[in-house]
Amino acid sequence: MDGSLGGEFHIAFDGVHLTLGRRPVFRGLSCGFVRGQLTVVLGGSGAGKSTLLRLVGGLERPDAGTVRVAGEDVSRLPERQLYRVRERIGMLFQGGALLDSMTVFDNVALPLREHTEKAPDEVAAEVNRRLADVGLPDVGELFPRHLSGGMSRRAALARCVVMDPEIVLCDEPFSGLDPLNVRRVEALLVDLSHRRGLTLVVTSHHLASSLRMADRIVFLVDGHAVSGTPEDLLHNEDRRIVDFLAAEIDPAFDVAAIADERAAAGGGA
Amino acid sequence: MTPIQTLGFRTLMLVAHLGRLGIFVGRLARASVLPPSRMRRFVDEVFDIGVLSLPIVCLSGATVGAVLGFQSYVALARFGAEGSVGAVVGIALIREFGPVLTALLVTGRAGSAMAAEIASMVQTGQLDGLRMMSIDPMHFVVMPKAWGMLFAMPLLSALFIVFAIAGGYGVSVTLLGLDPGTYISSLETAVDFHDDVMQSLTKALVFGVLMASISTYRGYTSEPTSAGVSAATTGTVVVASVAVLLFDYALTTLWGV
Amino acid sequence: MQPSPARDLVVGLFVLAGLAALAYLSIQVGGMSYTGPGGLRLYATFEEVGGLRPRSPIAIAGVKVGQVAAIDLDPELRARVALDVDPKLRLPVDSSARIMTSGLLGDQFVALEPGAEEEVLTNGSEIDFTESAISLEGLIGKFVNPAGLDEKKPAEPE
Repeated sequence: MDGSLGGEFHIAFDGVHLTLGRRPVFRGLSCGFVRGQLTVVLGGSGAGKSTLLRLVGGLERPDAGTVRVAGEDVSRLPERQLYRVRERIGMLFQGGALLDSMTVFDNVALPLREHTEKAPDEVAAEVNRRLADVGLPDVGELFPRHLSGGMSRRAALARCVVMDPEIVLCDEPFSGLDPLNVRRVEALLVDLSHRRGLTLVVTSHHLASSLRMADRIVFLVDGHAVSGTPEDLLHNEDRRIVDFLAAEIDPAFDVAAIADERAAAGGGA
Repeated sequence: MTPIQTLGFRTLMLVAHLGRLGIFVGRLARASVLPPSRMRRFVDEVFDIGVLSLPIVCLSGATVGAVLGFQSYVALARFGAEGSVGAVVGIALIREFGPVLTALLVTGRAGSAMAAEIASMVQTGQLDGLRMMSIDPMHFVVMPKAWGMLFAMPLLSALFIVFAIAGGYGVSVTLLGLDPGTYISSLETAVDFHDDVMQSLTKALVFGVLMASISTYRGYTSEPTSAGVSAATTGTVVVASVAVLLFDYALTTLWGV
Repeated sequence: MQPSPARDLVVGLFVLAGLAALAYLSIQVGGMSYTGPGGLRLYATFEEVGGLRPRSPIAIAGVKVGQVAAIDLDPELRARVALDVDPKLRLPVDSSARIMTSGLLGDQFVALEPGAEEEVLTNGSEIDFTESAISLEGLIGKFVNPAGLDEKKPAEPE
């Protein structure tokens, strides 16, 4: 899928260096994320996938280089301006990060109550709609601790998009989920990207769903990024990428079949 | 490192910590004047801190008052001055034991709980989640808790004192046979609003500020690990208790007789 | 975070209980009511105030009606005592103030004795009739050596 490749990237990293503790994470990372596309960030453990998302959200600052989000350099913005930029971003944290002292309903309603003037019945209608969208119509009155991993992940996703952000960042949305829930979450993410045109950046370990749903892949290795389409990645001859794929792929797992599945789905909208 | 170097290093670390605490309190103060007012969450915090501490505060108050009454009676009786039990119990409680013991009890109960709650929110990414929703966690989480603590402290201290006076009354009058009128009148005559009650209230408020700042600071700046949560909790109790006792000494000497 | 009327009620009760405790301690036990605006301020000048201090009680017929606000020296080097008393009192202009000791060795206080006139003392007035504190040493001295004391006798009260 080409999407709107013309013009600027929606999110752009340029020469980013970052050291956390004693470990250098990024050494001159440069990559871009196209508006309206679903990009999966792959990489081994410790490659910096979560850190990359945190840099986009301004939760970490690089030691050098710039991170531009919708034209603004978030690496240099003061905290108050950052809050403004974050209104256009929704972030799904690993584990959901729902507030455990509030019900699911109150969690999803929180951004609406904080940032809009909507009346209580409007808020309720909106929240219920979003929860239904992610397949959780009846959990509003429960607390996050009562939900399974998959359910709390989906509820967090509902909260993530309730303010209609332009960008959605998802940190390992499939970790700890059973195959059924992986498919469910995958379908929701693809829907956000293809039907609603949001820019999605998803970090993942889960190769199969990554290859299925990604329009582009950013592969993090040795503090740098290698970008391309899934096909590019599968045919890439870089030793490190080949090793990574070989290690992740189960011998019985048919890469070609995945590629065919994508082609059959028409390569997305 | 030699012992001198360690001492110097530790001192510098302490000063750095105090500086960070000061900055934190400054940010908290600034967040406090910004809208929205978070009344709902404030009321919930007053419930968690104040109401839920009532059983231990009232029980401890009554027992401390009873013991204080008993021991004072014994000592005063040796000089034939047992009629002054009310005065001794009242002054000691109002000036010292009320605010200090209440502060130590509430630090142990509510201060540590507050630090633990905030620390576990750091660990589970809930504070980052709030930031990404463009909600300042300082304003949403910390501020209502800190003000709840500050508001509840003088009230709890006053209730402790009243229960303790009653405890002293119970022991002196029913157990030791003191005339009830004597107890009450010596209490009322000896206690002065400016010297005693104002000192009590000032101490309770100062302690409230210390407890609120230290417990929220330690929770907020904790490491996002399980060990971090536990360190925040125990550290809060130790640091806040020591701070309360030090400031008690300072306030007592400053206030004078 | 559900709004819960029961919880709000409990918090309200807690706050009321705490405020009631504070009020009890301040007013009933601490005797707060005499100070502050609205009190009746009177002045009395004494040759000798003895152990009288600010916050010493003021009593009429043994009942506490106020406390000493301040003690200063006037231009003639006598002690001018400011008295804060219950504003509801109606004290005739010829009332007197006397410094007494509670018991034999107790704290000193100011005893007011109402006079007989119709006119009453208003805020800021002087009490003209005062009697100073009695010094115990002076009394014992009189007992021990009735004649041949020092030439200076304690000044007569007005």
